[in-house]
Amino acid sequence: MRIVKSVILAAVLGLGLAAPVCAEEAEISLPHVEWPHDGIFGTFDRAAAQRGFQVYKEICSACHSLNLLYYRDLTALGFSDDEVKAIAAQYQVQDGPNDQGEMYDRPALPSDHFKRPFPNDKAARAANNGALPPDLSLIVKAREGGEDYVHAMLTGFEDPPVGVKLMDGMNYNKYFPGHQMGMPPILQPDLVTYADGTKATQDQMATDVATFLTWAAEPNLEERKRMGVKVVLFLLVFAGLMYAVKRQVWADAH
Amino acid sequence: MAANYTNPIVRWIDSRLPVFTMMRHEYYDYQMPRNCNYLWSFGAFAAITLMIMIVTGIFLAMNYTDNTLLAFTSVERIMRDVNYGWLLRYIHMNGASMFFIVVYIHVFRGLYYGSYKSPREILWMLGVVILILMMATAFMGYVLPWGQMSFWGATVITNLFSAFPIIGDPIVTLLWGGFSIDNPTLNRFFALHYLLPFLILGVVVLHVAALHIVGSNNPYGIDMKGPQDGLPFHPYFTIKDGFALVLFFLVYACFVFFAPNYLGHADNYIPANPLVTPSHIVPEWYFLPFYAMLRAVPSKLGGVLTMFSSLLVLFVLPWLDTSKIRSAKFRPIYKQFFWFLVAACLVLGYAGSQPAEGIWLVVARVGAVYYFFHFLILLPLLGKLERPLPLPTSISEPVLKGSGPVPAGAHAKPMEKA
Ligand code: HEC
Ligand code: HEM
Repeated sequence: MRIVKSVILAAVLGLGLAAPVCAEEAEISLPHVEWPHDGIFGTFDRAAAQRGFQVYKEICSACHSLNLLYYRDLTALGFSDDEVKAIAAQYQVQDGPNDQGEMYDRPALPSDHFKRPFPNDKAARAANNGALPPDLSLIVKAREGGEDYVHAMLTGFEDPPVGVKLMDGMNYNKYFPGHQMGMPPILQPDLVTYADGTKATQDQMATDVATFLTWAAEPNLEERKRMGVKVVLFLLVFAGLMYAVKRQVWADAH
Repeated sequence: MAANYTNPIVRWIDSRLPVFTMMRHEYYDYQMPRNCNYLWSFGAFAAITLMIMIVTGIFLAMNYTDNTLLAFTSVERIMRDVNYGWLLRYIHMNGASMFFIVVYIHVFRGLYYGSYKSPREILWMLGVVILILMMATAFMGYVLPWGQMSFWGATVITNLFSAFPIIGDPIVTLLWGGFSIDNPTLNRFFALHYLLPFLILGVVVLHVAALHIVGSNNPYGIDMKGPQDGLPFHPYFTIKDGFALVLFFLVYACFVFFAPNYLGHADNYIPANPLVTPSHIVPEWYFLPFYAMLRAVPSKLGGVLTMFSSLLVLFVLPWLDTSKIRSAKFRPIYKQFFWFLVAACLVLGYAGSQPAEGIWLVVARVGAVYYFFHFLILLPLLGKLERPLPLPTSISEPVLKGSGPVPAGAHAKPMEKA
């Protein structure tokens, strides 16, 4: 048995050591941010998410859609119903046909989906040098590394290393797979003015918008974790009771 | 038939359709070997998981749309707009992984204690049928959300069938419902994904029926000789399985509530796009050992045959293993090789998650060769060469005396057949 165990141990250890080495060849490791929504008791930092929404609204929404969200969803971030109405009303959406059979524009309502910046993917590419800005609704779940990746990517633009030649209209990004990215290094300090007086450094804006996008991808995260804690506590107590009963029942059988 | 039930309604029903007598017979009086350990709870876990999958699946289906243009958003609607839709989906999604963990442990339990040997061959083969049906179900279920991995996983796997000469291309066309993976493919996969779990349920009923005919095996791998060796299923094993089930739910709940996407792949949150191939197509974790074997063989047909054979070999396992001793407890050499097999499967799984090149290709090849070596060469030979340890004369004896070492010599007679 001893030989076998050591062989298995060696195999597992070998894999464990080999894995990070291989991973390192493929990509650079992402800097980890301490997110308040991490961990089993984690909750979203509402203020950061609201600031992140501002960043999205004022910067990212020029290129990126957020198709899965309704304006009404924003109430979960602490915006009041009136604030949400006012936010929605800033956008014109097409509705119809009316009784004359015509389409018409009207201000958006809280029950409308977020307005998309381009009518279709072709238009989005045409405006972006051929690169398609992806919809951001699920981006945090759709990338290895999640919100850490989004944060790192947004702050990862730099001059290309010597010898690397960028294609036309491309930008060098340390964390983007392949490093050549169609998105410009958009997050420049003080690009937005935060209402709560927070200083809009590049890192601050990236952290805020990544928080907002995490909420957008997983709006039920808090409810899920809260319910999870209750379920696990219940099961722990239940397991204890079951174990006691099991001991009792088996007492005469051993 | 008429049992003496006091409740008149129960008595009325039971004398016409003896369901109460049957349940009593199968889940109350059924004699379990008294020494069965917690590994014997995994069958119950699997049965409960199957029920959970069917129930959550039906509710998901009420909100899912099997159309390539709508499937992805309909799943996200479930996650966002359906009350507790996220809970349903995460239970179902992680339930598939839990199901495979549980069934793999159940199968390796069978391998360790020789539960596939006479008289349990048919019970075992029904188990292998279940395993294959489960794989088909899980594969088709993974296609339904119509993400990038859904689409490209389906492309890779359905294309495998084209490796067969003559019948290959017609099979692929039939699976696709056309000449590429498209809406008809999604429609038929949804229909089949709804159907197969009920087939599995049917086979599970047969599996348990077969079990209750021949009786459960046990850690000693010897037969029960009388009432002193057994305990009635209720209350002893209902409470033991019940306690174990709560622990299983604890693990399951941690995944569902705290790491629901840990076992999945990020790319499946990108809507399917036939024009963009993901840089690295990998199946769900429970298919990785098979995927490694598939890619280990340089020829496509060879890879496909190797992969399918790795499952089919389990059907003939009862006849490949020539040893009359069931439990690895009394087979010192087999016991070591059992753990080598476990290690080989884990290593194959890891190799399957890596690109099929360089060192990982070599590892996959070694693992695949070892897997077949274990079943096709080692087991037939080992039964002849190995000197088993003396078996205990009965289950109750060492159990009741406290499970110290079994005195050698005294009881060294070969296990008799049932
Ligand atoms: C000028 C248009 C533009 C703006 C403004 C913009 N992006 Fe992008 N973004 C793009 C384009 C184009 C791509 C696709 C890049 C590629 O595939 O090479 C992209 C890609 C991305 C990606 C996906 C990267 C990946 O791994 O595929 C993320 C995440 C992202 N942008 C986030 C943001 C955020 C957050 C903002 C706001 C702070 C923002 N973008 C603002 C154009 C833009
Ligand atoms: C849906 C999946 C399955 C379900 C619900 C299921 C259910 C069960 C149950 C309830 C038992 C009795 C309890 C136990 O001994 O653990 C059992 C026993 C058994 N199962 Fe399964 N099973 C499944 C899959 C499989 C597979 C895939 C195999 C093998 C390839 C298998 C092989 C066996 C064997 C050999 C026994 C008898 C074990 C013994 O008595 O030692 N089962 N199964």
